[in-house]
Amino acid sequence: MRRGAPWLAWAVLGLAGSTLLAFAGPAAAAPGELVLGSTTSTRDSGLTDWLVDAFTEETGIVVRTVAMGTGRALKLGERGDVDLLLVHDTASEERFMAAGFGELRRKVMYNDFVLVGPASDPAGVRDAPDIGEALRGVAASRSWFLSRGDDSGTHKAELRCWMRAGLDPRPDSGTWYRESGAGMGATLNTAAEMGAYTLADRGTWLRFGNRGGLRVVFEGGPALRNVYGVLVVSQARHPHVNAADARRFADWLVSPIGQARIAAFQLEGETLFHPLAEPAASAGEVGAP
Amino acid sequence: MASAEPGNHAAVPEAGVLPLRLEGVSFEVDGLALLDGIDLELGPGPLSVVLGANGAGKSLLLRVCHGLLTPTRGQVHWCGAGAAQAADRCAMVFQRPVLLKRSAAANVDYPLRLRGVPKAARRDRIERALRATGLVALAERPARLLSGGEQQRLALAQAWALSPQVVFLDEPAAALDPPASRALERIVRELADTGTKIVMTTHDLEQARRMADEVLFLHRGRLLERAPNASFFDRPESAEARAFLEGEPAP
Amino acid sequence: MGDAFAQAFGLIARLDPDLFEIVSLSLRVSLTAVGLACLVGLPLGALLGITRFPGRRAVVVVVNALMGLPPVVVGLVVYLMLSRSGPLGSLALLFRPSAMVIAQTVLILPIVTALSRQVFEDLWREYGEQLRAFGASRLRAAATLLVEGRYPLATAVLAGVGRALAEVGAVIIVGGNIAHLTRVMTTAIALETSRGDLSLALALGLILVGLSIAVNGAAQLLQEAAGRGVG
Repeated sequence: MRRGAPWLAWAVLGLAGSTLLAFAGPAAAAPGELVLGSTTSTRDSGLTDWLVDAFTEETGIVVRTVAMGTGRALKLGERGDVDLLLVHDTASEERFMAAGFGELRRKVMYNDFVLVGPASDPAGVRDAPDIGEALRGVAASRSWFLSRGDDSGTHKAELRCWMRAGLDPRPDSGTWYRESGAGMGATLNTAAEMGAYTLADRGTWLRFGNRGGLRVVFEGGPALRNVYGVLVVSQARHPHVNAADARRFADWLVSPIGQARIAAFQLEGETLFHPLAEPAASAGEVGAP
Repeated sequence: MASAEPGNHAAVPEAGVLPLRLEGVSFEVDGLALLDGIDLELGPGPLSVVLGANGAGKSLLLRVCHGLLTPTRGQVHWCGAGAAQAADRCAMVFQRPVLLKRSAAANVDYPLRLRGVPKAARRDRIERALRATGLVALAERPARLLSGGEQQRLALAQAWALSPQVVFLDEPAAALDPPASRALERIVRELADTGTKIVMTTHDLEQARRMADEVLFLHRGRLLERAPNASFFDRPESAEARAFLEGEPAP
Repeated sequence: MGDAFAQAFGLIARLDPDLFEIVSLSLRVSLTAVGLACLVGLPLGALLGITRFPGRRAVVVVVNALMGLPPVVVGLVVYLMLSRSGPLGSLALLFRPSAMVIAQTVLILPIVTALSRQVFEDLWREYGEQLRAFGASRLRAAATLLVEGRYPLATAVLAGVGRALAEVGAVIIVGGNIAHLTRVMTTAIALETSRGDLSLALALGLILVGLSIAVNGAAQLLQEAAGRGVG
């Protein structure tokens, strides 16, 4: 009350200072800590935690996961904001490596995409022979189709499917073809409300709790295969990258232990991800199965 | 001068800051002269009342004298030996005093602390100022909960505690009822009797008649008359002053 | 819907540790950001409110405009600064609570500055002449007004608290929504909603609304206290 102003100022200063100190972590990413850029699909399905927990238990290395679409994750890698990436778009992964942003890339696993849509299946895609035919049915009936539209791995896979169908839906964007510009879960929420078709990765779909009237209406076929790769960001380009631990994680993922762990991951009784790496001799690129 | 100060606190005699001299002082806003070429010397001694109608420039004159406002033309000088300390040696009491949201005593304490008066001396001076203004019983009361008259007396106590050589009072009783107004006048007179120079404004003829040793009559920004109490009220020289005294519109 | 509500209340009632961790990080991040914003914003508000200098009006207009900064824009700019390839990359703050504190501080600063500027300006209109007559320096006057205006100023600060707690756009970009490290209420709500797990999202939403009510209630009480003119 008396000398109000000075103590007030000191109180604020003290509060701010002490809390900030509490937050001040190590000045640089300490050894034994990794920042992993993963896709929303592996996070939302729970696989990332499943793998990271086992890896941390074995090695003591703490892995911090930042999840976003493959496109944005690769951008973070280019800027050196993550140490390694677990993403799923082979073409952009190869471009990333060719441009020198990564020092190691390995194929880790695959799962598949599914076409989900209203249980009533207004476009009649259930019996289509392949995904191209199924999408042609959606376009012909002008049923709602909700695209991720966010440059994610799933989005890019969807665009490849349209190419396979011999169609380019993007000029129709805003009519029957809609782009959510959001993650997989948010897009599924929207699709459930709209009664729209959308392409989803199976993991996110199985984990997703708010399906409404959506069902899997088409699945299977090589075009819907979804291959995940792990990439270690180049230490030559970004010296602060914890490449040693990142390599360790990448090696662990393709090791028999890591691969077994992937195979053991189940959601609602289904195996979601299939090991893809060839153990032992798996340095560098691994051929597709 | 020091021995004549209220509270009698100063052991060392203090150099006087008066007289205050105004030379050709004008204050213009947008080309309109609210004060117009005022020449004036205020020395120690008589209680000076600045009298005039609303809008004559009384409050403005007081603020220019105090130094709160700088005239757009002309000069204001403190001419006494202690002129350098003038800012610390004068106090101002406003028509509506703005009191801090704390106790009456803390309000008296505030300007003392601003001037770096040591703590022990402050307690003593607060005590005397509150006693002089009849507020001792209300010392711990939140200042903003006091009545209008009490608030105005508290403002006077703030000035009193500073032991100033000059106190400017701007319409100190304008918002008060007659008893509160009279109580305030008595305190101002006591302050003057300690040797403090008082310069106050009023538009209240009766108050001016009761309080003034000398009257300065201001009309539309010009100082038209300066005369001892009796001669001003009995024989005003200017037509404007005569009209004002008779409650008629200015010629 | 009813189910989600029931589960939400269950999580709150048994003080779910994950929930508690998220709420406490939210409070720590946002309150720190508000503290820092006050440290800069209150003096700045006082400066703008009680002094006059060339260009002051332009600054006031800009600060007022910045009150409406979209959090994602703040997040993006702070991200570009803190990114390893950005000017402050070597500090290694990205994807850490400190980065979230910085982003929210930037977001809150204009709010605290603009609202407190208004408070100081009003107070200066009331007290200015009196304080100048007492011979108070501008610095001293600002300190006095800080105390005299503590209730309306606290209301301004609480507006900042509300904004910081409720925003998601900035913290999700610079924090990355990392579990146990940078996951706060709003980013967790966004995540659980995207997973279709509505009960945890709803539980956090309820807590957020509760906090928001508490903050606004506090602001209301302060205004009433200020209205009584005592203190």
